[in-house]
Parts: sequence; structure tokens; C-alpha cells
Amino acid sequence: MRVYLIRRLLQSLLVLLGVSFVVFLILHLTGDPAAVLLPPEASAEDIRRFRQTMGFDDPFLVQYGRFLRGALQGDFGNSIRHGEPAFALVLERMPATFELAGAALLIALCLAIPAGIVSAVRRNTPVDYFATVVALFGQSMPTFWLGIMLILIFSVNLNLLPSSGRGSLEHLIMPALTLGLFTTARITRLTRSGMLDVLNQDYIRTARAKGVGNPPVVWKHALKNAAIPIVTIVGIELGTLLGGSVITETIFAWPGVGRLSVQAIYNRDYPVVQAAVFLLASTFVLVNLVVDVVYTYLDPRIRLR
Amino acid sequence: MNRAAETAVLPLPAASPLVREWLGFARRLSRRRTALFGAVVFAVVGLVAAAAPLLAPLDPIEQDLENRLKPPGWRDGAGRLHLLGTDHLGRDLFSRVLHGARPALMVGAAAVLISGVLGLVAGLLSGYYGGRVDDVLMRLGDVQLAFPFILLAIAVIGVLGPSLPVIIVVIGVSSWVIYARVVRGAVLSLREQEFVQAARALGVQDGRVLIRHILPNVFTPWLVVATLDMARVIVIESALSFLGLGVQPPTPTWGGMLADGRVYISTAWWLATFPGLAILLAVLGINLLGDGLRDTLDPRLKI
Repeated sequence: MRVYLIRRLLQSLLVLLGVSFVVFLILHLTGDPAAVLLPPEASAEDIRRFRQTMGFDDPFLVQYGRFLRGALQGDFGNSIRHGEPAFALVLERMPATFELAGAALLIALCLAIPAGIVSAVRRNTPVDYFATVVALFGQSMPTFWLGIMLILIFSVNLNLLPSSGRGSLEHLIMPALTLGLFTTARITRLTRSGMLDVLNQDYIRTARAKGVGNPPVVWKHALKNAAIPIVTIVGIELGTLLGGSVITETIFAWPGVGRLSVQAIYNRDYPVVQAAVFLLASTFVLVNLVVDVVYTYLDPRIRLR
Repeated sequence: MNRAAETAVLPLPAASPLVREWLGFARRLSRRRTALFGAVVFAVVGLVAAAAPLLAPLDPIEQDLENRLKPPGWRDGAGRLHLLGTDHLGRDLFSRVLHGARPALMVGAAAVLISGVLGLVAGLLSGYYGGRVDDVLMRLGDVQLAFPFILLAIAVIGVLGPSLPVIIVVIGVSSWVIYARVVRGAVLSLREQEFVQAARALGVQDGRVLIRHILPNVFTPWLVVATLDMARVIVIESALSFLGLGVQPPTPTWGGMLADGRVYISTAWWLATFPGLAILLAVLGINLLGDGLRDTLDPRLKI
């Protein structure tokens, strides 16, 4: 168990190292970071001086080493547009993104798990067909379109909900629904297939043969075992939600990391982009590490490895 | 020999076992109504993409600034019907939606091909050789999956500039992991099978074992992943064009049309509605086809 956890921790560190390298590479894609960072009208003299102060003439690995040391201390340089440290700017926007992703995940779990269970227990009934079709549409619908359609219906036509900004619960409803739809669809399908697998197992038949009633069989015996893949996917989905917030935040003008980074890309403000990508990716790695630890408690078989 | 006997007898000796197997498979697939629906939708979208210039009633980029934002079903002075209305520059929305299938499918097919081949090679090597190779490739996959994909894609496209090849390569290179994982899993179990063991015992070289004996057997799970991945890529392509980082105007893209539609949301609902429906239909069709392929070919595959 301890060996497993230590190995898992080392793996996560390795992944983070890889992440930092790719984030570092973003600026070097065109071969000349100075050309990416400076406005096109910069003179040759400006470029030369800039290259020198930023150390872009040093060997590649030296530059990466410097970037990594900075990144570990939360130093990604100053935002070109705002002049403040890029890391602080991103950190400031993190709560808004977490709020949105958390709300989306909450909606997804509250809708998807009951829907998946009912769908599996009442297999091949109209309830099942309805849930399956809704999940299928949810998986095929582009989130940004759903967001625009919600705005069209609830803001433009019914005038019920605000179409942009953050603050009240009303502001949260549409962005969270938009962001959470795909995850809801995925977890619904996963819960349904997981429950169907479990409900056919021998121990379920044994439980029923012993005279255990239907509700305890479903909620206690079956759900506990079907929960394992769901926990795994929640970790992965949180990553999808953090990444997907880029588009949802843009549509609803939600002041989170996603919107900040899209604006930073348009403004060629790369220190902010690097800080944002690094922070979101690190969060994802961390969440998955936590999920794996939780997992070892849920499924004792893993502890034996 | 009469005609009926001819058609009944002749195809059989010509058909190899492989062809017959696939024909049988196609028959089983077509018995699933949802899969059949998906296949038909996919075929229609493909046809529209291929023949958009012939099918579209009007020029998708010709502007008519006097007739901006006309509602669906409107007829202009020359009596031409604008089935889905016109956009903010007076362009015919129906023609634009038809043309929008082209970049979507082009990016979809090309990106799936790149990531599919990369993932196939990685999965074959990882599963067959195991050990160090497996460790390195799978950790690389973890790094890849740790990234918020859309954010990384727009950062890279933001630096390199949006063009069709850049978009295809960025999506293609960053989507290989799912293929690699599925192929690796299949290879792990194939490696222990008798026909592979026998080939190796006979001294067949690794490369030949991989290509002749293992590759044909990982094709079906690969195909299922590729189909479902294509649906995902089409959504990503439209998301990128929605953010202005996809194929650039004046080429009509579904995502680009949605971005325009968003601006005019309070005056012209059709502008954002129909391109979105087009994406939904295409993606739904491909998803249904992919689900059907999985259920027919490889029901145990968990994707």
C-alpha cells in the first residue's frame, strides 16, 4: 500500500515535469520567443535588447532550467498587458473557475447517478429509453451551442436569467448547466452500464435469494460496487470541466481562468497563458492523485498490488 | 443460366473469407436501427461535404448588404428562396451550413488519421515490448491527458497562427492517447495467444509478428475508437472556429457561424440555431455509428 502510494506520487511528479516542459515549449514553437512576445513593429535593436534581458540567447536547456525554477516558485514573469505577476493574476481567477466546475460537477452527479440507476433497474422501459436518448444528445451537443441556446431562451426570450457575469446564484445556473451537460451524459451512461454489469453478478442473485428486498439490493449491494468506475471518471471529468471552462466562461463572460487565458492568447500575453495552462494541468494531476488514493480505500483489491 | 441463379451463385466464389466476414458484419450492424440511422446521417454529411458546391443553392460567401438578417423562408427580389434566412452580411445561411460540413469533416478525417496512426504505433510497441518502452509511452500519455486540451490547442494555434494544417496537426498530435491505450490492451492479451506464441516459436521476427498477426486483430477496436474520436474532433474543430482560431473566414465554418450568431442573438435567432443543429446532427450520427460498431464488433470494449 505504501509502496503503491509512493510510486503513484513519483509518477505524478514526473507528469508535472512533463507538463512544465510542454508549457515552456509553447513560447519556443516558432523558434523565436522574442518575435512571439514583442509587437510586430518592434525594431531590430529592441528585439536584440529584449533577447538579452530575457536570456533567450542562452542554451535551450539553461532556459528551461530557469523557467522550471521560476515555475516552482510561482514565478512565470509579469503579465505583458497588466504588468502584474502572471501567476497572481491566474490565482486570483481560480476561485471563479473552481466555483463553476464544482457546480457543474454537482449538477452532473445529482442528475446522472439517479438517472443511470433508474435506467439500469428499469431496463428497456420508456424511462430507460428517455434517459438514454437524453444522454446521447448531451454527449453530441457542443457546449457552446447549448450555452447560446440557453441564453436565447432564458435571457433573450423569457428574461429570467442573466446572460453574463458572476455574483448571484442566478448567474451560476446557466454556465454550470452548460458546462455540466457533457459530464452528466457521460456519467449517466457509465452508471447505467456499470449497474447493469453488477446487477447480473452472482452475489446480487445470492442477496435476492436470501430475501433481501429490491431497494437494499440496488442501493447497497449493487451501487457500492458500481461506484468504483464512477469515482475514477469523476477525476477525469474534473479535468475536462476545468479545460472546458475555457469556452463556457467565454460565452457567459464568467471571470475565471479560462476567459483570462483566452483573452491572454488574443493579447499575446504569454506569461499569463503559461501560468494558466500550468496551474490548470497541475490541478488536474493533483485531483487524479487524490482520486487514486480514495480509490485504494474503496477497492481493497488495489491495496494488494 | 438465368439471372437469379447468376446473382445468387456468382459472388460467393469471388468473395474472400474476409469480405464475407465484413458483409456479415455490415448486415448485423444494419439490424441495429440506431446504428443504421447513424451510418445514414454520416453518409449524408459526407455527401454534403463532398458535393457542397453542387448542392448549395447560392454562393456561401456572396454578400448582399441590403438584405441582411432576413428570417428563414424569405424570398429575395429575384425570387430566390433563402430556406434558413440570411446572415449579418446578407449571405444565404442554408448554403453556408452545407459548406460548413467541409472544414468539419476535413479536419475530422485528417486529425483522426494522424492520431489514429500515432496511437496505433504507440499501442503496438507498448503492448508488445512492455517494460521500459511501455513505461515511457504510458507516462507520455499521462502528461498528454493532464493538459486542458482546448486551452493547450488555442495556445499553440495562437502562437503558430490558425491555418488548416496547423489545426489538423495540433488536434491530431494531441489525441493519440486513447488509441494507444485501447490498442495496448488488445495487444497485451493477443501476445499470449497461441497463434502469436507459435509464430514467435517458429522464429518469425518481431516486426512481422506485429504486422501480420497482431495488427489485423487490433483493427476492430481501433476502428471503434476512431469513429467515436471523429465525433469529438468535429466538436473541437467547431469550438476552435467559434473562438476565431479555426479555419479562417471567408471559408464558412459551423463554429464561425455560431460566433456570428451569438452577436445577433437578440435579433436573429436562426443565425446561431441552425449551424448548431448541423453540428449536433453530424456528431450524433457519428456517435450512434460508433456505438453500433462497438456493440457489434467488440461489446466488451469500454470507451
